[in-house]
Amino acid sequence: MTILQARGVVRSYGQTPALRGVSLDVHEGEILAVTGPSGCGKSTLLHCLAGIMRPQEGEIHYRGQRIDTGSESVRSKLRRTEFGVLFQFGQLVMELTAAENVALPLLLAGTGRREARTAALTWLDRVGVADVADNRPGQMSGGQQQRCALARALVTEPRVLFADEPTGALDTLTGEQVLGQLVRVTHEQRTTVVLVTHEPRVAGYADRELTMRDGVLDETEAGIAVPSGRHGR
Amino acid sequence: MSASFVLLGLLSSGPKHGYELKRAYDRSLPNAKPLAFGQVYSTIGRLERDGLVERAGQDRDGGPDRVTYELTELGRQTLDEWLGTVEPPAPYVSSVLLAKVVVALLTAEPERAGSYLADQRAAHTTRLRELTRSKHDPTANIGDVITADFTIAHLDADLRWLRTTLDRVAELHQETQP
Ligand SMILES: Nc1ncnc2c1ncn2[C@@H]1O[C@H](COP(=O)(O)OP(=O)(O)OP(=O)(O)O)[C@@H](O)[C@H]1O
Ligand SMILES: [Mg+2]
Repeated sequence: MTILQARGVVRSYGQTPALRGVSLDVHEGEILAVTGPSGCGKSTLLHCLAGIMRPQEGEIHYRGQRIDTGSESVRSKLRRTEFGVLFQFGQLVMELTAAENVALPLLLAGTGRREARTAALTWLDRVGVADVADNRPGQMSGGQQQRCALARALVTEPRVLFADEPTGALDTLTGEQVLGQLVRVTHEQRTTVVLVTHEPRVAGYADRELTMRDGVLDETEAGIAVPSGRHGR
Repeated sequence: MSASFVLLGLLSSGPKHGYELKRAYDRSLPNAKPLAFGQVYSTIGRLERDGLVERAGQDRDGGPDRVTYELTELGRQTLDEWLGTVEPPAPYVSSVLLAKVVVALLTAEPERAGSYLADQRAAHTTRLRELTRSKHDPTANIGDVITADFTIAHLDADLRWLRTTLDRVAELHQETQP
């Protein structure tokens, strides 16, 4: 079943086109990898799908409902309740402990303090970093920070997790551990994942891969750029 | 070549007969091509001729696969030396892959080369995904994991090379278009 659908999405930054008409279906429960060279528009696509950015043309539907034309408050509610995001650098709040960082989305959603802390500790444990619950990001390794960010992205039990180069700043083994946790936990929760990466080995964790080039998805099913599929400039 | 060193390695933990060696070989290198029985015996034969292994005994009712072999002192030294030698950091890209791409580019249209590359890429990606899954299987042991790692690392390199080559072929195609 399709959970997220993009049709003819166009987005430019000033004169720079980033997306030139992207259409795709994300199936519920799958891990979809979007790969492609630097600057091809992967992050822009992710931001549009996650309701962080509005496309200039085209439509985005989430569970049958159009979201790209929704007001900021509608989209922000969606981001708080239905979506989780994970970026290359965890973007944790430096002044807060791991547990406080993970509890934050729940507190913002109106959950009580004690309940939020309990949930945060549970999630830190699920991703294997319960031992650093009371450390600030500055007192954690990159891998621990990224797991903490993963816990924060999942604590609201979103239906869709958007991850942009989530292991880009980690060494291979640490990255593998974080990805292993991500796959295991999202599988348990039946969370859909859209994973952006330029590393084939990271795409190896996905169920399906789409490749992008110059602001468009490659047409063939396997996501391959045959020469004629190239959009000329 | 390396099959004989793998057999020497397997014998380093104690004497084994041919059938056991084959089984152990296939189990330690699950992603490699299984070693045919004939190959086990011809390799053992060569190792015996070179004095690296010797017969340690034979079961009463024994056919040829009931002969037990063990490592000689020379065999142990040879194995040690091999393990201590760094391999030249040669590019991995399997020569067949490279040859096919080169031949495709030389003899066919760029589209043809492009579609070969695309198919090859899809096959590589599928294998990479399978290995990634098997590696994270809770029943995988350390041997399975490092063997999978080895293949994944090389597939990853091949895939990067394929992607770059696809881009180059695309550019080439654009140049040749009016
Ligand atoms: N804020 C911005 N202002 C202007 N141009 C931008 C901005 N963000 C992205 N771009 C441009 O839009 C295009 C697509 O960028 P995007 O960040 O989506 O690519 P990407 O595939 O995520 O690249 P990378 O792999 O390097 O992260 C690029 O040409 C980029 O230079
Ligand atoms: Mg990006």
